[in-house]
Amino acid sequence: MAASLTFLLIVAVSIRAVLFRSSLAEIISERVEVVSPLNAWKRVVEGLALLDLGVSPYSGDVFHEIADGITAVALYLSIQTYNKNVFRKQKYALESDRYPLDSHELLRSPKEMFYIPLKVAMFYLLNPFTILSCVAKSTCGLNNAIIAVFILCTLKGSALLSGIFLALATTQSIYPLTLFAPALLFLLQRLYIPVNLWRSSFWFFTSQYVFMYVGSVVVITGLSFFLLGSWDFIPSVYGFILSVPDLTPNIGLFWYFFAEMFEHFRVFFICVFQINVFFYTIPLSIKLKEHPVFLIFMQIAIISIFKSYPTVGDVALYMAFLPAWSHLYRFLRNIFLVSCVLLVCSALFPVLWHLWIYAGSANSNFYYAITLLFNVGQILLVSDYFYAYLRREHHLTHGLYLKKKDGTEATLVLK
Amino acid sequence: MGLLSDPNRRKALTNLLTRLNTPICIVCYLAAIMWFMGLAFEPFTLRTYMSENAMGSTMVEERFPSGERALSTAKEFDAHKRKAGGMPVEWLVKTMQARGLEVFTQSFSRTLPFPDENKERYMVRGTNVYGILRAPRAPRTEALVISAPCSPGNSNNQAVGLLLTLAQYFRSQVYWAKDIIFLVNEHDLIGMQAWLEGYHHTNITGIEYSPLQGRAGSIQAALSLELSSDVITSLDLVLEGLNGQLPNLDLANLFYAFCQKLGVLCTIQGKLQRNDWDTAEGYTHAAQTLMLMVLKQASGHAWGDHGLFLRYHIEAASIQGINSFRHYKTDVTTIGRLLEGMIRKLNNLLERLHQSYFFYLLPSLSRFVSIGYYMPAFGLLAVILLLRALDLWVHLGTPALAEVDGVREVEQQWTTGPNLRAICFLVSLESSSPGVLSVLTPVVISHLTGVALYLLPVQLQEMAVEHFPVSETEAVVLTAVAIYTAGLALPHNAQWLLSGEGTEQGWRVLKLTSLLYLAVLLGCTALINFSLGFILAITLVPIAACITPHMPRALSALAVVLLSPGFVILYCVFIYQELIESPVSISEGWILFLSVISQGILDHVLYRSLVYPLLALFIYPCWLMFWNILFWK
Repeated sequence: MAASLTFLLIVAVSIRAVLFRSSLAEIISERVEVVSPLNAWKRVVEGLALLDLGVSPYSGDVFHEIADGITAVALYLSIQTYNKNVFRKQKYALESDRYPLDSHELLRSPKEMFYIPLKVAMFYLLNPFTILSCVAKSTCGLNNAIIAVFILCTLKGSALLSGIFLALATTQSIYPLTLFAPALLFLLQRLYIPVNLWRSSFWFFTSQYVFMYVGSVVVITGLSFFLLGSWDFIPSVYGFILSVPDLTPNIGLFWYFFAEMFEHFRVFFICVFQINVFFYTIPLSIKLKEHPVFLIFMQIAIISIFKSYPTVGDVALYMAFLPAWSHLYRFLRNIFLVSCVLLVCSALFPVLWHLWIYAGSANSNFYYAITLLFNVGQILLVSDYFYAYLRREHHLTHGLYLKKKDGTEATLVLK
Repeated sequence: MGLLSDPNRRKALTNLLTRLNTPICIVCYLAAIMWFMGLAFEPFTLRTYMSENAMGSTMVEERFPSGERALSTAKEFDAHKRKAGGMPVEWLVKTMQARGLEVFTQSFSRTLPFPDENKERYMVRGTNVYGILRAPRAPRTEALVISAPCSPGNSNNQAVGLLLTLAQYFRSQVYWAKDIIFLVNEHDLIGMQAWLEGYHHTNITGIEYSPLQGRAGSIQAALSLELSSDVITSLDLVLEGLNGQLPNLDLANLFYAFCQKLGVLCTIQGKLQRNDWDTAEGYTHAAQTLMLMVLKQASGHAWGDHGLFLRYHIEAASIQGINSFRHYKTDVTTIGRLLEGMIRKLNNLLERLHQSYFFYLLPSLSRFVSIGYYMPAFGLLAVILLLRALDLWVHLGTPALAEVDGVREVEQQWTTGPNLRAICFLVSLESSSPGVLSVLTPVVISHLTGVALYLLPVQLQEMAVEHFPVSETEAVVLTAVAIYTAGLALPHNAQWLLSGEGTEQGWRVLKLTSLLYLAVLLGCTALINFSLGFILAITLVPIAACITPHMPRALSALAVVLLSPGFVILYCVFIYQELIESPVSISEGWILFLSVISQGILDHVLYRSLVYPLLALFIYPCWLMFWNILFWK
């Protein structure tokens, strides 16, 4: 396995190296789908130059390749750990006869699970979205790496490191804040502490984790302050993310909406849009409190769909998790439709951009229509996986062949 | 969302779509053709109207008086052109300066990848001369361009004469709010390309040119004038530009409005408008005009000097004077007035032309079909591809069920269709991983052939000329044809490369991939250049929809070859000749076909037209994939 992972890494790095040296790199790094004002490498270099740090320490493609490599390895190890957990849990449940007989074919076999971590790494490294993002030197790769390391630390059960990396991710782009809930749920589950508001052990661990997290956030913010010597970075980073002043088109939902908006409704709708990102945490955490890793996946997906400056690099991160849920394929309903939609949209983005910006014959509505469709596709994908996951869990406890009260076959419908 | 989440309803829908797949596809195909042919029927089209406020409501009065002087200038120009044996640069500079313009020249040179036999040129060296009339009434931030090509022989002298006389007349007027650039370009499109690249500080085609010494503001609109006789019977408007891009419809409306006002006969695609739309002849006439526009647009060629402006977001059109045997003639003064009126209206623009349509087809100058009306014709064809893909997807799931133990079959009764198919698809993919390889091999080989078709013709010309008794141009074209034909031998080679034989699943997966690939390709093409997308769709979709390895080989192979992109170009050549009323014999047609291919390659190298790379790198490999399916073993 290690050999194949190494081979995969080499292949991925060489693809990127070739692209970096080709003339495509410059074109890709200008694409709005790939870089946003938040993560454009051009702006990082500008920022560093303004800081008068001389030559930036990361001014090479190697840095971005390493970031992608770290993400892939971290995801590989996390999914490996996760699969071990799942398998152990399944074994206990099987031994205690908790599964109905007819749902045994839903159980996962080690043979099937063996290649999943490698597939996850492959989905991340060889995903065209990741490659584009890396070649564009978007710092999105760096964010992804931090989130991946955070997931790894959480799954390995290290509360302190998990808190630190979550704090790092949060200070980079705020939205990973919503990953706090699944991380906490996972750590609680690992220590066999039930989520019970009347138990002191629950509150003790929660406050401990909150303290580690908030402490790291404070330390990182403090460090930034001492490095920069002023608090300017708070409005210019977090204000920039939250109030969305830059309406450069991207694959997200914000730009068109706020470009068309009357100015006096702006604050209200910004609140609505931003709350929307965070809001799903509560219902999802309640529904998925037994399955924190799936919750992490859902949260990452929701962030990448609804965040203010999304790029294809964000999409690539949650898509990397899809092989980990390959056992859900039998319950997916719209995978063909959704993959067609995502495929077509990815092809149409550059075409409509060309027609709008260069040819001048189409306009922003065309491009936004595709953005909308792309996001609808993503939402369908995520909700399909959500439904499939819940349905599998339901079958695991209630048996595969459901009967209605009158004895006829029943179907599950999500309404 | 009920449809997407309720398993019963989904099942019903999927069943319906798979059961009625073939009839629905046939209906869609026929409907697409009917729809397209209906576009030329006058009641289904819209009357053109001026959308731009700044041009619609303002009055201008045309006073240009000096048609005679334009003709004498044309004679003078002709004499100097003969004397200089090309562009009389010095005379032009002097004349323009005498008319009070700021005059600059730009020299350029370009070596073609292979000799252009139509225009007999290989190493091109030339000079553009342009004069700027500075706007007296406004800051110099915007400009208009009037251009006339300096062509070899007797042609276009009158255009240059009129241009210079217009310059003199415009100089004495005070109402100009935009700079006006009078450009005389040599070597038609090559010179225009050099000038535009120089003006915009870009170099995308690798042409060598000297930088422009003077420039005006950003160019808002451009008119290119071609005039070769002292009197004309009608004016023809040419809109099709590079890659099938069209200028804003308001420019055509403007031209039409002035033709009406001044009583000049105006044509599009060389066809006069008829008023008898309810007769068969009337409809045929409109349909022919529409078909000509579609063919011209699909070629991706710039059909006039204006064609290169469009890439820079400049609305431009060419106006060609036509002198036929009609009795009713228009003199140069009237043409001058028409141009004066158009330029004055454009001068009134407050922003770039953007109000009206950019995507349209014209069955006549006063009628248009907008994107919303013609896209359904393409959409109906694209739907066929998606329906076939869905059908395959469903079928890919079902046979796998039988192979697995009985449990799954019980499941089928209650599980929704496609979920199961998804697993089965993946199961089949996983269980037969050589299957994936056997699908990937044809895809890669087809694309490599495409790359060869794209690169080799130009690269190998020297070698071909050495070994065969052909000229460079012939070498390039014949290499292209040879590689294209060699691609047909591929299925056998691909089979040879594979260790095992292809499975029943294998070709289905390959077909599914190819269908989706073709759908995406055609969709993108149709958005950029509807005509090209539609012509390709109408020929490729039947192949894509019906093809299986179980058809009678020889017959279906013949059909597939006859509908391949290369043959489509051949048909287009014949249809085009038929439509412009100069039908050709088979051998002439073949020679024309070869010259069209060389033009296509030249267009790509000289002006970065996208049609040749699109056909060579994407459409042809995609067609080869279907060819592979036919010969699947």
